[in-house]
Amino acid sequence: MSYFRKKIYACAPYYTVALGTGRKEFHPKKLRPGIEHYIKEAGLGSISQIQNPENIDEGVIGNFIAARFCKQGNLGGFFPYVHPTFQYKPCTRVEGACDSGGLALTTSIKTILADLADVVLCIGVEVQNSVKAIYGADFLAAADWFSGNRKKGHVYFFPDLFSQRAGACFEKHGHDKIRAGMAQWYVNAVENARKNPESQEYHNKNSDLFGTGMMKPNPKAFCEHINVFDCSKVSDGGAAIIFASEEGLKKIGVDKKDAIEVISFAQVQDNLTTPPPDLTKLSTCEIAAKRAQERAGIKPSELGVLEVHDCFTIAGLMAVEAAGLVRYGEGADFVKEGNTKLDGIIPTNTTGGLVGYGHPTGATGVRQACDIVKQLSGKSGDCQVEIKSDKPFGMMSSMGGNDKTVVAMIFQK
Amino acid sequence: MNLDERLQNVTVIGAAGKMGSGIAVLVSQEMSKLKLKSENKDKIFRLNLVDITEKVLDGLRSYMKMQLVKAAEKSTVLLRQIYEDRKDLIENGEIINAFVDDTYALLNFTTDYNIAKDSHLIFEAIFENEEIKIKVLKNLKEICSNDALFLTNTSSIPISYLDEQAGLGGRIVGYHFYNPPVIQKLVEIIYADNTTEELKETGLEFGKRLRKKLVPAADISGFIGNGHFSRDGLYAMNKVEELKDEYGYHGALYIMNKVSQDFLVRPMGIFQLIDYVGLDVFQSLLRVMRTHLKLEHLNSDLLNKFMDKTIAGGQNPDGSQKDGFIKYEKNRPAGVYNIEEGKYYMFDEEWAAEIDKKLNPTNEKFAPWRALLMDAKKMEKLETHFGNLKGMNTYGSNIALDFLKTTKEIGENLVKDGVADSEKEVNDVLMNGFFWLYGPINNFI
Repeated sequence: MSYFRKKIYACAPYYTVALGTGRKEFHPKKLRPGIEHYIKEAGLGSISQIQNPENIDEGVIGNFIAARFCKQGNLGGFFPYVHPTFQYKPCTRVEGACDSGGLALTTSIKTILADLADVVLCIGVEVQNSVKAIYGADFLAAADWFSGNRKKGHVYFFPDLFSQRAGACFEKHGHDKIRAGMAQWYVNAVENARKNPESQEYHNKNSDLFGTGMMKPNPKAFCEHINVFDCSKVSDGGAAIIFASEEGLKKIGVDKKDAIEVISFAQVQDNLTTPPPDLTKLSTCEIAAKRAQERAGIKPSELGVLEVHDCFTIAGLMAVEAAGLVRYGEGADFVKEGNTKLDGIIPTNTTGGLVGYGHPTGATGVRQACDIVKQLSGKSGDCQVEIKSDKPFGMMSSMGGNDKTVVAMIFQK
Repeated sequence: MNLDERLQNVTVIGAAGKMGSGIAVLVSQEMSKLKLKSENKDKIFRLNLVDITEKVLDGLRSYMKMQLVKAAEKSTVLLRQIYEDRKDLIENGEIINAFVDDTYALLNFTTDYNIAKDSHLIFEAIFENEEIKIKVLKNLKEICSNDALFLTNTSSIPISYLDEQAGLGGRIVGYHFYNPPVIQKLVEIIYADNTTEELKETGLEFGKRLRKKLVPAADISGFIGNGHFSRDGLYAMNKVEELKDEYGYHGALYIMNKVSQDFLVRPMGIFQLIDYVGLDVFQSLLRVMRTHLKLEHLNSDLLNKFMDKTIAGGQNPDGSQKDGFIKYEKNRPAGVYNIEEGKYYMFDEEWAAEIDKKLNPTNEKFAPWRALLMDAKKMEKLETHFGNLKGMNTYGSNIALDFLKTTKEIGENLVKDGVADSEKEVNDVLMNGFFWLYGPINNFI
């Protein structure tokens, strides 16, 4: 029996360039587009792919922390700015740190399942280059328990949390193996990003990516176990996708063959005030993936394409383990052997992921869904992978905080 | 008296200048870190910043704020530790602001150098004019206590001469920062004949705290850095006189600037560098060296003609580059001056393209300085580059190789004349103080 009480489809995926360091057009001192630009570009990019925008019922937007980066709240109010169809319709902003985009996906779908809407435009957005990274680090620290943990935390709060996880993995599974896996993750991320014109690392010309990925961390300037290349990018960007019921697809004039079915999701929350039970595991991500797969009635081996939340290279390795593809401790070798490359057993983060495409935090979950839908529709351009008939499923997993808020969602070709 | 005690009260004379302001930023941070130690909670720390007008002190106030923020942003890992017990300071931004405020609170801005009376450590960073320097040092000697130590930022005046003229009895050391002191790692340290042991140690220890690279130079006018730079610049100017008949002054300047930057892979061309330093500063440097070394040839008619027309380069108060040998648009070289015709010729005109073709007829692509800066294989690549230059036999490559050879000889002579102990010191100074990728004494030629 299907997990949902009625069929849910995703269509019209669109995302913007991830702007930030690495892009040729980016200069920290040059004036850049504001958050409303990304909301509008992403929203219109999606709407332009359907016939009857007037039949969109609702808007949901995921955003982490525009109130600090851009001094902007009330983001739902930008839907009528994107398109007049939203004037006087329900529009909602949702937040779950870096999983804000993931929550926007589930909120959109839930509204349709509740029979309150047939078509929902789901947007994710974040603009982070408005301040230097040293100040942005504090804004992003709100993804953890601020009053309980920030004071004792590191200058670069989140990088340090995952540096500690890397350290724990080094200790448990061996430094060299994990380090090489992390470097390979970086290589794959940039190689895939070079095929995607929207990626922040699209212009990366480094001829020795593995060497760069293996650079020794400098704890005096950054973190103990990871270097800056192990981190996702500081990005400005937006993404949008439309969810619809069968009836909804008809209303917006989208043929079912141009849409991809969503067959399950799991939304999992852990207590923000408790430390992770095991630094070497993404336990919440694991629960989310398992639940989503059970609800879809599929095994991990049936996944044809995967999008995981590699906010750091070490998180990428652990997320592949949490997705159920390999056992704990085996992620590094699995990645090193090339199994997650575009032609591997399970192509992962095919357009670069958070390390390669970039990580406009509130947009990321939506961008991941866009990439899964594009892959399953054969519209991923140079990043396209072969979706075999015995593996017609794609899964995205998006994480907020230190493995606290997770959405895993499965799509079927 | 140890360095910690001396750092409780310090004066910088000429604090609003290019060098003085940078020194003030560095010293203030060290003092602030000391003051923030729990054992120093009740002690008073003061950094007196002295310059001649209230107007320049206003500029200094803004500069200090801006630089202290930048410095705090770079050392936030350490600052979070320093402010560990301050429960009210949680975010990086709060900690950075606290450090800037705490440091700023140590500063006295004044035009009255009598304030130096309680200082035990004095940095002198006034304009490179020996009469004024001697006068100021003499006055300070009267004002300050007998154990005050003086660090002078002269770039060319012999320290023993200053010591003798000001009657400091060995309480002075040459402490030559490079511009801008906040960024440049190099400090040349120069002892007078009778610099006291205590001062030698103080100088070394303070340099270590600032994480500077201290290179000792003998007390011979110009020392290592300017000993090399002055002769390198003069060579280029003399070469311009040779080439001007064929290319005009603008063309000749263009050739030497381009060859030194592109063919010799330097961070900037020789005339851009002189513009950056200031033609006035360069002229004064030559004058000082000419006087003390009794070498009449350390002079340039070309330079003097520019100075007669008050074309002096240097920077505007906002940090932007003023025109000199070269004209700047948005801080980038855009044209070059013809002193005979009294006008700038722009680079985007036909004459420049013709010279480019003559210099480099096959349009060889040289890796620029910036591209090689972080390249782990830069020495190999430079070796290949200079190897190729030798094989090219073009107009540009021949000028470049002559320049490379002269530059090397200048370096070797500094060792021969006892200014530097060895080749290493010469190369260290040029690589750290002038950001060269390679030392002038090399095997490329």
